[in-house]
Amino acid sequence: MIQYAAILLIVLGLYGLLTNRNVIKMIVSLNVMEIGLNIFIISVGFVYDGIAPILTSTNSSSALLFVDPLPQALVLTAIVIGVGTTALGLAIAKNIYSKYGTFNLDEVEEK
Amino acid sequence: MKNFLALALTLFLGVLLILSLTGNTQFTTFGTDNTDNRVSSEYISKGAAVAIIYGVTNDPESGPANIVTSIVVDYRSFDTLGEVTVLFISALGVALLIGSGAKQKRLSLNFKPNFMLRVGSRALFGIIMMTGVYITLHGHLTPGGGFPGGAMIASSILLLYLADDEFRSKIKGFKILEGAAGSLYVILGLLGLVLATYFLQNFLPNGTVGNLFSSGIIPIVYILIGLKVGSEISGVIDNFLTEEDAL
Amino acid sequence: MTLFDIISIVVSVLLLVIAFLALNSKKLINAIVFLSGLSMLAVVAFVLMKAPDVALTEAVIGSGLVTSLFIFTLLSVKKGEAK
Repeated sequence: MIQYAAILLIVLGLYGLLTNRNVIKMIVSLNVMEIGLNIFIISVGFVYDGIAPILTSTNSSSALLFVDPLPQALVLTAIVIGVGTTALGLAIAKNIYSKYGTFNLDEVEEK
Repeated sequence: MKNFLALALTLFLGVLLILSLTGNTQFTTFGTDNTDNRVSSEYISKGAAVAIIYGVTNDPESGPANIVTSIVVDYRSFDTLGEVTVLFISALGVALLIGSGAKQKRLSLNFKPNFMLRVGSRALFGIIMMTGVYITLHGHLTPGGGFPGGAMIASSILLLYLADDEFRSKIKGFKILEGAAGSLYVILGLLGLVLATYFLQNFLPNGTVGNLFSSGIIPIVYILIGLKVGSEISGVIDNFLTEEDAL
Repeated sequence: MTLFDIISIVVSVLLLVIAFLALNSKKLINAIVFLSGLSMLAVVAFVLMKAPDVALTEAVIGSGLVTSLFIFTLLSVKKGEAK
């Protein structure tokens, strides 16, 4: 059920990116798409009745069933890169406002 | 008209994604696959035939008790170097677009912080910074590591910015710290090339699984990543809060 | 239906509702607050799928840093309107 919700989040984020004309709303839609993508990648690695992939004093490496640790390492990188993209996008939006006086791309194209 | 076209396109993409994954034999149903059939079984068993036990096993193939840490910093350490580079490029872009000299005033807000906010934020600043340092240092034993630890250090500095009107951190110190931490990561990789066989190899001994001083250069790499991420995001926040010149 | 199934259905429905509200709001500040709430629900989904590293990272970054960057951008708009 979570996988269907993640795919629908990606579709919703893409629709918001295509139809909004406000720059800040476009960056919000990009973030919604990234959250959906991260949830989908981690849901690929889930195992029913598995435990978190950390060795403790009660779990040795062959005792029980572990959840797949490889998608978690990939998503860790993806979240931090999403922050970098958002920061750069907001810097560009701030410069657009200080030069044209509006956030709306239709009014920017007329000037 | 444009809205209708966008709606049709995205609905088509969604239906395509769901249909291509539903009846597929290679995409298993949610939660029913075993990790013995995947490559992660090699990461979990660390290449040994016997089981790895916490506190007993001496010198395994890669030292941390947290398996995600051993993937991010040991087995696929080159991807982490690429991610650190991407963060550096985005912070450089923000400093080029918005940043100006050190002589600008702070962006003045409409309210003046009162006594409770100023005193309480000093106490909270110490607690949040200490939690960030703890999570960075214990990245190979508990969940966490360099990335959330560095972000917590940046959050504590954000608290100081919000509570005080005249606060400006020493930007020059942050930039020197960020550059030094990034270069030390590459120098550690080159030391691995010189002292051992390949780039970014773990050349210090691994120790027992579960001790604080174990798993070679992995805690050192996480400390460097934590310092770099923390000072980078603090620099970005400071660039967002400066006032531009009067037009 | 086990407890896991019930919680996962509730989290999925809430995710979709809050994402739809974030994209169709009139004011900008409403969209930013809904995005912050979406981040917190994603942390709940990560804990449900037994990924503590990812949940910790998303909680720290999604709650404090990204929301504050959005609000600092909006502050300069208000200053521009006041002039």
